[in-house]
Amino acid sequence: MIPSRSRFAALLLHVPLLMVGATMLVPLAFMFVTALAAPGEAMQASESLTDMLVPQSWHWDNFAEVWRIIPFGRYYLNSLLVALAVTLGQTVTSACAAYAFARLQWGGRDTVFMLYLATMMVPAAVTMIPNFVAMKMLPEILTQLAPWIDWMSSRVLGTTVDDPAVGRLVGLDSYFALIVPMMFSAYGTFLLRQFFLSIPRELDEAAEIDGCGHWAIFARIILPLSLPGLATLAIFTFLGVWGSFLWPLVVTNQSALNTLPIGLLSFQGQYGTEWSLMMAAALLTLVPIVVIFLVGQRFFVAGLTVGAVKG
Amino acid sequence: MSLSRERRNRRVALWFLLPNLIGFLLFTLWPVIAALGLSFMSWDLLTPPQWVGWDNFVQLLGFHRDTGGWVANDPLFWQYLGNTFFMMLSLPINMAGSLGLAMLLNRKLPGIYLYRLVFFFPSILAGVAIFYLWRWIFNADYGLLNNLLGALGIDGPDWLGSVAWAKPALMLMGSWMTVGGTSMILYLAALQNVPVELHEAAQVDGANAWQRFRVVTWPSIMPVTFFIFTMGLIYGLQGGFDSAFIMTGGGPNGSTTTIGFYIYQKAYLRFEMGYASAVAWVLFVLVLGLTLINRRRGGAAYLS
Repeated sequence: MIPSRSRFAALLLHVPLLMVGATMLVPLAFMFVTALAAPGEAMQASESLTDMLVPQSWHWDNFAEVWRIIPFGRYYLNSLLVALAVTLGQTVTSACAAYAFARLQWGGRDTVFMLYLATMMVPAAVTMIPNFVAMKMLPEILTQLAPWIDWMSSRVLGTTVDDPAVGRLVGLDSYFALIVPMMFSAYGTFLLRQFFLSIPRELDEAAEIDGCGHWAIFARIILPLSLPGLATLAIFTFLGVWGSFLWPLVVTNQSALNTLPIGLLSFQGQYGTEWSLMMAAALLTLVPIVVIFLVGQRFFVAGLTVGAVKG
Repeated sequence: MSLSRERRNRRVALWFLLPNLIGFLLFTLWPVIAALGLSFMSWDLLTPPQWVGWDNFVQLLGFHRDTGGWVANDPLFWQYLGNTFFMMLSLPINMAGSLGLAMLLNRKLPGIYLYRLVFFFPSILAGVAIFYLWRWIFNADYGLLNNLLGALGIDGPDWLGSVAWAKPALMLMGSWMTVGGTSMILYLAALQNVPVELHEAAQVDGANAWQRFRVVTWPSIMPVTFFIFTMGLIYGLQGGFDSAFIMTGGGPNGSTTTIGFYIYQKAYLRFEMGYASAVAWVLFVLVLGLTLINRRRGGAAYLS
């Protein structure tokens, strides 16, 4: 039996909760309303606040218009391709490395792991410049050091390594530059190691007695048991790459290789004042994030608190 | 027996580690060393690089005598460093907000789960699209914020166009995006680990809500607070590029340019690769210093 006073106090808690919730949602509602406004209408000073937060008209065709005036579909495909490839790469390489750190005993393990941890403290700006230079020089290096790669690629793919017209295989303005340097993550290794450590060691030993090698233990015991951990890493990686801005900005010049965040930028250049179309485009880039958020939100807490709170 | 097992383990470990290790060496460890080398060079990517010794660092960190006294060789660097630290002032405010929200959410109420999702939502959306939304909100003439202020009878400033308001505007946006994010979740997890018995014991002893917070809650969430604060400092030092690039272009008058933005300008707009690497390494040393303090204070327990 709850005393009525505390029930009233509990009810009262909804007041600040609702206020914070409104603060979080009002800008997003505003985004939605602006995206639906007639082009040109969004720029007019509104008579009142309700005018700004209640749609005056419902121009659903704004969402279609976005795809017509810029190569939005191309940007979308680029973003999806890059994000999925990086996510797959990071999850696979991190899982393998995490197994070596969490389940195998070998000399020098802790030293190497400390080195991994230490590089998590390296600002992205430090590695970005040499990586950019390397991407710039890579086609030249490849054609000189290994002419057979060029020869092979012109035979198989019908393009040389360094052919900006078709889309380079490696170097600046290539999917290689967008994907490969992002595929390896010290953070992912660290995160999965924490998950792997929580699996009882007796399972490995039992499997070993049954004749399982390390690959079998990894594939049939550790991976299935750490699906939540793998999902967490995959979700965080996908979201991170989906929103990444600086690296794609630096390594791509041509529109055909733009990802969505960069695509929005070109949008602003041409239609900078057209807020309703801009908001419609921005909203469209958020769709995958919202889907992942709704599907994966039960993993967020686990992923954010592993290592940080449990220790 | 055990020796051959050890050797076998090492071989297996190498295979498991290899894909990640190659990427790690090529795209992280080698670039860190290369950046250090570059920071002693002058290089515009077109002409061959030239070894200039400590010149970049002297130019970056040094001072020279002028008619009025000592003047920085690179006043922009110090201005941008100041900007970076100024914008980090929002960190304690955001942390207090996160803790407050976590305490609100740490109750058994109908619908509390939904609130948690709603509060967390902005932090997951953060990115270029949301920066554009806030540019529109901050618009001086028709933006949502000045309309709101107008309804209260306040004449809102030109948020992103004025030196005085551009930084607070970015900080306000940052608060909206982060206050319900990672820190709130970490605080929530920490609060749920505070033993209920301690609270009950304090209550029996006649402690009021504030005293219980100070004596029971605060000490038990102290490690998490320290963790969030250090991480916030480290990320704060590196950050500020994406938002300023979209919202203000670093202006007006460089008032929203951070160190991270300066590195971008030097490297990719001015093609001063050596100088940009020097700035990046100075940033690295700052981050490293913070990390070492963190380890000394025992925060390392929270990292491994």
